[in-house]
Parts: sequence; C-alpha cells; structure tokens
Amino acid sequence: MSASVSRTTYREALRGALREALTADPRVFLMGEDIGRYGGCYAVTKSLLAEFGEERIRDTPLSESAFVGAGIGAALGGMRPIVEIMTVNFSLLALDQILNNAATLCHMSAGQCPVPLVIRMATGAGRQLAAQHSHSLEGWYAHIPGLRIVAPATIDDARGMLRAALLCPDPVLMFEHIGLFNMEGDLTEAAGVADIERAAIRRTGRDITVLTYGASLYRCLEAATELSAAGIELEVVDLRTLRPLDDATIIKSVRRTRRALMVDEGWKSGGLSAELGMRVVEQAFFDLDAPVMRVCTAEVPIPYPKHLEDAALPSVGRIVAAAHAMVAHEP
Amino acid sequence: MNDFSAAPNAALDARVLDLLVGVAPDIDPAAVRADLDFRDQFDFDSMDLFNFAVAIHAAFGIEIPERDYRQLTGLAKCVAYLRSRLPQL
Amino acid sequence: MSREFRMPSLGADMEAGTLVEWRVVPGARVRRGDVVALVETEKGIIDIESYEDGIVERLTVAPGARVPVGTPLALFQGEAAAPAPEMPRPAATAAAASSGTVPAAHGIAVPGLGSPRDAGKTVARAAPSAQRLRASPAARVRAAALGVDLGRIQGSGPQGVVTLQDVERIGGREPAPRVATPEPPGGARAGMRNAIAAAMGRSKREIPHYYLQLAMDMQPAVNWLTAFNQERPVPERLLIAVLLIKAAALAAAEKPGFSGYFRPAGFEPAAQVHMGVAIAVRGGGLVAPAIFEADRKSLATIMHELQDLVGRVRAGHMRSSEISSATLTVTSLGEEGVDVLYPVIYPPQVAIVGFGSVLERPWAVNGRLEARPVLNITLAADHRVTDGRQGAQFLARIRDHLARPGEL
Repeated sequence: MSASVSRTTYREALRGALREALTADPRVFLMGEDIGRYGGCYAVTKSLLAEFGEERIRDTPLSESAFVGAGIGAALGGMRPIVEIMTVNFSLLALDQILNNAATLCHMSAGQCPVPLVIRMATGAGRQLAAQHSHSLEGWYAHIPGLRIVAPATIDDARGMLRAALLCPDPVLMFEHIGLFNMEGDLTEAAGVADIERAAIRRTGRDITVLTYGASLYRCLEAATELSAAGIELEVVDLRTLRPLDDATIIKSVRRTRRALMVDEGWKSGGLSAELGMRVVEQAFFDLDAPVMRVCTAEVPIPYPKHLEDAALPSVGRIVAAAHAMVAHEP
Repeated sequence: MNDFSAAPNAALDARVLDLLVGVAPDIDPAAVRADLDFRDQFDFDSMDLFNFAVAIHAAFGIEIPERDYRQLTGLAKCVAYLRSRLPQL
Repeated sequence: MSREFRMPSLGADMEAGTLVEWRVVPGARVRRGDVVALVETEKGIIDIESYEDGIVERLTVAPGARVPVGTPLALFQGEAAAPAPEMPRPAATAAAASSGTVPAAHGIAVPGLGSPRDAGKTVARAAPSAQRLRASPAARVRAAALGVDLGRIQGSGPQGVVTLQDVERIGGREPAPRVATPEPPGGARAGMRNAIAAAMGRSKREIPHYYLQLAMDMQPAVNWLTAFNQERPVPERLLIAVLLIKAAALAAAEKPGFSGYFRPAGFEPAAQVHMGVAIAVRGGGLVAPAIFEADRKSLATIMHELQDLVGRVRAGHMRSSEISSATLTVTSLGEEGVDVLYPVIYPPQVAIVGFGSVLERPWAVNGRLEARPVLNITLAADHRVTDGRQGAQFLARIRDHLARPGEL
C-alpha cells in the first residue's frame, strides 16, 4: 500500500469510484437522467458511456418515480444499481419509492428482500438556482429508518464512500453538495473503502465541538482558523454519515469541549441540527457548559439574488459569532 | 521601668497581668482568674508560656530555669514564684 | 503600564476581605514586600504586601469596604505588564500563576452582551432571568462535587453564566471575580469556622488520604534540648516544636512528593519547603502560616520566626505572603497529652505531619524495658501523589533527623 497522493477534483474522485465499481462488479450499472450521452448534470458520469456501453450506463426518461422504482426492482433482482437523481429537489418525485419501498421492503419481508441500492444526488444551495433547486433535504431522509444516508465532504470520501455504499445491504443515499464538485485536492491513492460507520474529526480543539457535514465543513474550518487567532479552538466533526449518526464520536467530543454547535444548510425547524442538539442534550447534558447552538439556513425559501442567498446560508461570520457567544467573548 | 524594687506590692498582680496581655493580646485581662492555670482558661500553649517567661525575664531581670516554667502557668503561681525569687518585691 | 492591585486570595477558603486601612497614598513609591494595606479576613487582619516595585497611581476601594477576592483595589504604575501575582514565586507557583490568568474584564462586563445591533451577525440569546442562579450543567455537577457555592461565583460564560472553568478556578483555590459577599453571620469567628469547614470538607472529599504512624524514642532530643536550654538565657532557648519543624522540613527537602500542590493538571512540587505551622486561635479556629525555607534555617531562626508568627496570629497581623504560601504543614497537639493525631491535609497541599505529645512510655532498649520520652509522628499524605512506601521513607527521615538533634 502506498501512501502516495494525486491531485484531482471531487467530481473526478466520484467518477473514479463509479468506474472502479463498474469494473469490479458486473452487477453494477448506472441509471439516471442525462448521465450517458450528456455525461450527467454535474458531469460526474462524463465519458463512462463510451467506456462501459449503453447496457450499463443507462439514460432514463424524466420520471424519477419510474427509474428509482426500476432501481429498487433491479436491486431486489440481484443487481447493484447506482441511480443518479439530478438533485435532491427532484428526488421528491421518487419519495414514495424511496420511503415506502426501498426503506421498508427488507423489514416487511423479514430480511428476505434486501434492497442494495445506491442513490446519488446533488444537494445544497449557493449557485443561484433559486428556491426550487436549492434544497438541502438530506436531513429529511435521515429521518427514515431503513435508509443509510452519507454525505462525502472530502475527496477521499468522494472516492471511498461509493464502495462502502455498494457493500451495504440497505439502500444508501449519497448526498453530493453542488459546491464541492469543482473542489480540487489531493486524493490518497491508498484510501480504499471509506468507513461509513464513523464521523471524522477534521480539526481538534478544546473549546467547542462543531458538528457539520458536506460543504459546510469548509466554512467551519475557515471559522476555526479565524477563531483560533482569538483564542477559541473549535473541534470540527465531519459527520459523514447522517443516518445512523455516530453518537459515540459526537458525544465523546462534546464531553471534552463541553459545548456543541451544529452547522448545516438545512432549516432549523425539524432539521438534522435539531436532532443532533437533542442527542447532545440527552446524552451529555451534565457535561455542557453552554447552551447548544445552531447555525442553519434562514427559514425562507432560498432566495435567488446572490446577496440574499448568501445572507440566508450559514456563513463563516455567523459561525464565528455563534462561537463567541458560546464562550462569552464578543467578536 | 525596670526598677520594680520600687513598685508597691499591691501593683505586682497588675504588673504580671500587663506582661500576660503583652504576650497574649487576644485575652481579656479582666476575665483572668488568679487561681486557675492560663491553659485551662484560654488555651495558653507552650509558645505563649515561653513568651511569657521571656517577658518576665526581661521585666524582672531574673534567669528562669526551664524546670521553673511550670510555676509560671497561672497568675497566683507566678506572683508567688516572683516573690520567692525576689523577696524585696 | 498601569496594573491593578487586587484583593488577594489568602487561601481556598477566602471569598472576600474587608479593606481596613491603606498604608500607602497615591504617588507613593512601593517596593516589593512593602505592606500596602491591611485587610480583614476570617483569619484576622492581614498585612497585604506588594509583589512588585511601582508607584501608586490611584486607590479605588475605600477603607471599610468588603469586596470579593479579585476585586481591583488600586492602580499601580509598574514595569510589569501582567497583573501581580498574589504570592511570591515559587512558594505558591500555581496560585500565583492563576491569579495572573484572570483578565481584568473577564466575566465582569456581562450585561448588554447581546445588543441587537448586529442581529444578522450574532446569534439570538435568551434574556437572562433576574433571580435564578445561572450556571451550566457541567458547572453545577462540578460545584456539587467540590462543595463550592455557585451563588458566590461571578460567571464568565454567556450572560454571566457560571461555567465549569469558573468553578474549577474557585475549587482550585484560584481567585476569580465574585459578587460581593456579605459579612458571614456570626462575625469573624464564624467566618473562620466556615472557612475551615470548607477547606477540610474539600480535603476529605477530594484527597485520598493515607496515614502512617511511627513512634520514636525522643530521649536524645530531649537531652540535647535540655542541655542546650540550660546554657542559655530565657530568650535564646528553644521549644521542642522547633526541632520538629526543622526535622520535617529537612525530610521534605530530601524526599520529593510531600511539599507542593495538587492541581487539576497534577502534582506540582514546590522548589522550596515553606513549612506551614498550624497555630490554634484562642477560643477555636486555626491558621497555618508558613516559615519560609524552613529546611535552610537554623533552629534559632526558626524559633525566632515561630515566636513572631504566634505573636502576630494572636495580635492579628499576619502577612499575606506567609498565610498563603505553605507547601506542607505540621501540626502538633503536644500540649494536651494526646498520643497520636490524624491530621487532615490542607488543600492543595499534599501532606501534613502530625506530632503527638512527648510522653514518658515504656520503651524496649537492648532487650530491657525503660521509661523513655516517646513521640508519635503521623503522616497524612495524598495518595494521588505518593504511596505508602515513600511515606514511610519520609517519616523515617524525620525520625532520623530527630535522633541526631545536634545536626539539626
């Protein structure tokens, strides 16, 4: 095993993972809107059609319910389908398939009919795509037992989580933030299969545990650098898997720092941060030194104008302000 | 001040009491009973006794062997001891 | 260049002090060690010393005011940028360092923290409730464990919430800003009783004491002392307590682990042995001021200093440095005919040596029983720092020193 690294992008890392899966297992095939000839809405599957052919890189009609349902059927039939839904916004058209079929069949069949399906979809805001195309609904999906929800934030995870997802007997929903596709970085060649059981501490610190995932990770890390200069040390936890949550890592960190701040692009009300905060209070109440806090998206449909969209989303400034408030130093 | 040979006898008790209060300013001289040991009245310890002996030594100009310290442990005893050592008092 | 001169902490048990008198006026030049003010505490009136050279710029607290530990009393112009340590280093390394870590504004300027001006930027904060004590869950748990009264701590957290760190500062005997504390009911005597209760309660809760006891023949020491005193006039004589203090100090200098402080981060050995001597206050109560570097002082010097200390305990003029600097304590009930005492460690110290009375007892000498003056020495030590074997060696050193009084 070499520890060498290579320069790549998040998008290329995802493509590399797909290519590897297609090469390694003949049961794997891709299915989705515009993934073949067009190369995918975010160009993740670009060139794969030429490499693997129409049988395995299948363009579908514009019917999420139909092709997600077809994916569930294929998984039941012994295949290992990887379904791409352009964005989480359109996944709502397939919500019945995901919630009522994919998530339940294994349980309703007493384990006889597992659904080893992987659904990839883009998520998040920040590209001026307006209210209907900027949702962050992974927190919704994380509500549903029977699903596993992952959110690769790093290039290594983009490369390594797909293999882990294909090994999982349950349906796995993989959320790729639209702000990350162009991110450049180093890929650890030896990274291998990502561990989708554990959260990862991306930066250690003594004062506040920040629980985040996806693109918000980088805002948190930037805030951590800024706060460090002011003497406040953030411990930044990349959740990686949103369901099931890695309580052990989360609570252990909070017990150490005694403060928990949640940062995500969902809305606060009924969101993933609400769930995280409640777990912290349930499991670490007597270790807390400050109220748990959240930095989330403003409770409005995501605005189209750039300045309003920026104002609605979690920003480095809001994370910094929240951290100061938690340790009572004014910024 | 050292010339206690000139002090009236009646003043000896008061003089010793003054020395006692000088050593232990936290006691109330009016409450001191002549017939009781200092220790039993107000937690007089060995350092207090030592300081008291030093004060007597300085005020009356007499050497006090250690074995005589036990005769300094109460007001009446002390006055009696001083009279035995200094009959002119 | 100005720095604040603050109400010092003169022990884990001190919450507040009353400024009795200023000994300096604005413009006065102050040297390190000068008595700057008199402060009344549960332990009596203490002479508060300056720890740096400087010039008095302004006095900010008037005589008669009772203020919490950490309250600025005066402004000094001096060389040092950091706030003055309350105690000389390294006598109380940690205590001194900790006082330096309390920033001037820390935890005080809390009201108005969350003004609505930057509502878009800051995070909404709940309005503080007026009466209810605000302390974080972690602080409450810790305070309960330490027996610290949360109501007396000025919090440094959001909206003045008392945080874990605030509690540990108090629990760790570190001064921190606090709200004004009323004079304890029952006056200074009750105050001292409360202070002893707090310190000893904390000791018994936190310190895993182990006890060792050793009996020794004091004939050589008694003979030596009698001979010594016989040749000298009253003022030059020694008390046996002086031998005990010196022997314990020498042993502590030789055997590490008994002189120092236990801090949250672990044991901090003291560079010198400042021997605390438990001195009873008439009518009840106890203080344990220090004889500095007792292991290096002659018996005559220790005697002189002990005499001076006892006198000032009686008169109420202890100095701030000696009251808070002991690195180890000795205690004795020799006057009362008690054979053995089992002392309680004064936190954050890690050991205390108890001396019983020197009493004539049967003692085996070369196969025969003889009547000898026998002394029981006990050690109570902190098991987080040392084990019984080290404790036994420490006690044996004390015995060996007392067996050769001429070398003390």
